[in-house]
Amino acid sequence: MIKVTVNGTIYEREVEPRLLLADFLRHKLGLTGTHVGCEQGVCGACTIILNGDSVRSCLCFAVQADDGEVETVEGLGTVENLNPLQTAFQEHHALQCGFCTPGMLMTGVDLLRKYPLATDAEIREGLSGNLCRCTGYENVVKAIRVVVDAEHGR
Amino acid sequence: MDVDARPKTIGARVLRVEDPRLLAGQGRFIDDLNLPGMLHVAFVRSDHAHALIVEIDCADAAVMPGVKAIFTAAEIESHMNPIRATSTMADYHATELPVLARDKVRYVGEAVVAVVADSRYLAEDAAEQIMVSYEPLADVIDPIANAVAGAPLLHEDAGTNVLAARTFQRGDLEEALEAAAVRVSGNFRMHRKSPSAMENRGYVADYDQGRRSLTLHSTTQIPGIIRDALVEMLDIPGNRLRVVAPDVGGGFGGKGALYPEEVLVCIIARQLGHPIKWLSDRLEDLMTTNQAFDEHVEAELACDGEGHILGLRAEVIGDVGAYSVYPWTAAIEPVQVVSFLPGPYRVPNYFGRVRAVATSKTPTGAYRGVGRPISTFVMERLMDMAAAKLGLDPLEMRRRNMVRAEEFPYKSASGIVWDRAGFMECLDKVAETYDELRRDQAAARAQGRWVGIGLASYAELTGLGSRIAVAPGMPVNTGTETATVRIDSTGAVTAYFGVASQGQGLETTLAQVVASELGVRVEDVDVIQGDSAVVAHGTGTYASRSTVLAGGAAINSARAVRDQVIRAAAHIFEADAGDIDAADGRIFVKGTDRVLSFRELARAVYSEMGRLPRELRESIELEATRMYDPYFGTTTPASHLAVVEVDPETYHVSVQHYVVAEDCGRVINPMIVDGQIHGGVAQGIGAALMEEVVHDGVGQIQTASLMDYVVPTAVEIPNMVVHHLETVLPDNPGGFRGMGEGGTIGAPAAIANAITDALAPMSIDINELPITPERLFRLVIAKQE
Repeated sequence: MIKVTVNGTIYEREVEPRLLLADFLRHKLGLTGTHVGCEQGVCGACTIILNGDSVRSCLCFAVQADDGEVETVEGLGTVENLNPLQTAFQEHHALQCGFCTPGMLMTGVDLLRKYPLATDAEIREGLSGNLCRCTGYENVVKAIRVVVDAEHGR
Repeated sequence: MDVDARPKTIGARVLRVEDPRLLAGQGRFIDDLNLPGMLHVAFVRSDHAHALIVEIDCADAAVMPGVKAIFTAAEIESHMNPIRATSTMADYHATELPVLARDKVRYVGEAVVAVVADSRYLAEDAAEQIMVSYEPLADVIDPIANAVAGAPLLHEDAGTNVLAARTFQRGDLEEALEAAAVRVSGNFRMHRKSPSAMENRGYVADYDQGRRSLTLHSTTQIPGIIRDALVEMLDIPGNRLRVVAPDVGGGFGGKGALYPEEVLVCIIARQLGHPIKWLSDRLEDLMTTNQAFDEHVEAELACDGEGHILGLRAEVIGDVGAYSVYPWTAAIEPVQVVSFLPGPYRVPNYFGRVRAVATSKTPTGAYRGVGRPISTFVMERLMDMAAAKLGLDPLEMRRRNMVRAEEFPYKSASGIVWDRAGFMECLDKVAETYDELRRDQAAARAQGRWVGIGLASYAELTGLGSRIAVAPGMPVNTGTETATVRIDSTGAVTAYFGVASQGQGLETTLAQVVASELGVRVEDVDVIQGDSAVVAHGTGTYASRSTVLAGGAAINSARAVRDQVIRAAAHIFEADAGDIDAADGRIFVKGTDRVLSFRELARAVYSEMGRLPRELRESIELEATRMYDPYFGTTTPASHLAVVEVDPETYHVSVQHYVVAEDCGRVINPMIVDGQIHGGVAQGIGAALMEEVVHDGVGQIQTASLMDYVVPTAVEIPNMVVHHLETVLPDNPGGFRGMGEGGTIGAPAAIANAITDALAPMSIDINELPITPERLFRLVIAKQE
């Protein structure tokens, strides 16, 4: 039995020790916004925030999140009320197929919280663990830049 | 067209209607689909490249927890009809597409046994306990060595490994070569690439035993083609077989073919009476999703003393892998290398020969660009090699040979007819900063830096109509698309299409087209696509066709519905139809304040008894289905310019500046077109610098994870400058040209030319891609020795 807080809601579930955190979120809790692209920690599509740090939920077991706090894409804005980062992604066309997008957003949230992101090179470095095949990244960088600048009143 | 005169929804930077759900984690991708009673499949796949299957022992697996059934070829054969990709092309040998390998395996990763269990975890546990013994056969790895008679055969019934062969010829090449002042030649090599969409392939089959109907949810780009194929294979009529593509996480061609797994889940679902899910993992994706670009090209270009092309010769061998993919055949890529090789240039004499050779590797299929990234790489390298030999600037070399405005329609050396498009205009556009870039380069060189500039120009045929099949001689009509536009009794507009978005924003662009024609707002139109049941015939999204064909069909149907709207409104307003217009969701009598909403009109037509006379009520139909067939297709030219710098210590190539000018005709949504180019160029940069599927000498894949198969990240892809030309396209309802693949076509050539230019002082030619730091290092060292 594990107890995990996901986007502010406490879930208690019986899980197999080998169940991946990504599969726990997707298939036990029905939070399918977190996507699985490689199960090897390379693509970053499954990125979530666990206890304040971005992690690959495909490289964690659900039991490792016991007593932990998880944030997923479902905890950002809603379809009717996107948050500023999601809005910037839409306005700057930072997504196409949308499969890598939840991971990009959660990495973006982590970067925005922790780093000044003074240059685009820093944003690119911060995103380098998240693969996208559709956008060529330019617009993802632009979307994060807009949010950084807004937060700093630029 | 006068920019001010066009409807404002077309050409506007409309935000995508898909985005909110995708951004909020509310997209519905294949693995998000969980049906009651659903079972999961895991495969035992071949670990041999070419071997006989001697024995399959499933005894231990069958008693594992949660295991519901195990299937080998023997268990499914009586439940399906075999399928092969046929073609009327001479010298073509079709191969049967095995759902599970029977008797022998032909590549590492080929599915041999399917295990069905309560969860994927349990299915994989059981799959590990299945023992398959093999008797290895002779390797069929090198396509050149195995193209000859007497080579070990992958497909005995074909009698050869050469699955397709074709020759293109114009003029007298030998004479041209004799007369030439300058001849340049090379052996060019583009290595094997994987599409590597971020979402792996996946399928969910749901068989309704009561209705005897099957629904396949598939990450496919071609729901119509899959539906039609499954009808043949499974003997289920089309009205009880539906193929639905949910939100699809990228395709790039890799999801545009029939795959064994999607047939298998259907067979199992029908037999077991449970919904069946299979989702590829990344290892399976890199082993089994159709690959591309694996081409060997030996080519020579001959010019006169002024750089005018006199002749071109090419010998192409395509390594097509183990099977001829359905429906495109093994010919699709190699033949396009030869048919597009002359590029956007006047080539008076041409001889091009191609052979598609089967090898014991993953099958190859249609991946973004299909053949043209290779043909453009080869031709653009030859152009630069000739320019260097003549002492001409590469830009001038292109200007002297590119088809000029007054020459359209121009029949290329391989027989492709280019319609009027901005060939030279694209080149001029990217060249606007050329002199300045050359000055910067000279300054960098003076400091000892390895900086180079590369150009690449090409033209592609997009939006192909019924006159030209996407793959030569294939029996599937790829030249039409259908749209249905319907106004329901609430006045809401729904548009139905046979195309299938993989993320390129068709729900938005097609809504823009319908809204513009009908006179409603974009947000009033709901686009339903990716579902074989919503139109009688449609094939899907591939070959840069969806905007051209579905866009054209959208215009034709929306116009037909608009005529009906006007007729009904004329009666209601008691006004002349010619005085009535519709815009922004309002129907009005021009020059008056008399106005109806679409909801009010629909209510009058459908719901309010007695509002319309009987004969009008029976004849007005607020719904229309129309097809569009561009007949030949549309020409899309582009030019690319890349500036690169090579690090002399690490041999890392950084792309510092990138410019694209393309002519896709009338732009529906510039934001989306830019996005397509950004992504296409990124995949082209991947092909140029890092992406390579490596097989060892016995056919084992060495790049079986995204750690080994390296795709570009945010630090490798530069910002891009993108210019759009909008050359008017006559006799085409929308004036749209296809453009989804182009970025990938131009980039490998531009990067190869830029690196060659950077290393020009050492006279190094970049004729092999991807040019990894290791390959570059070896070239430089060899020169220095």
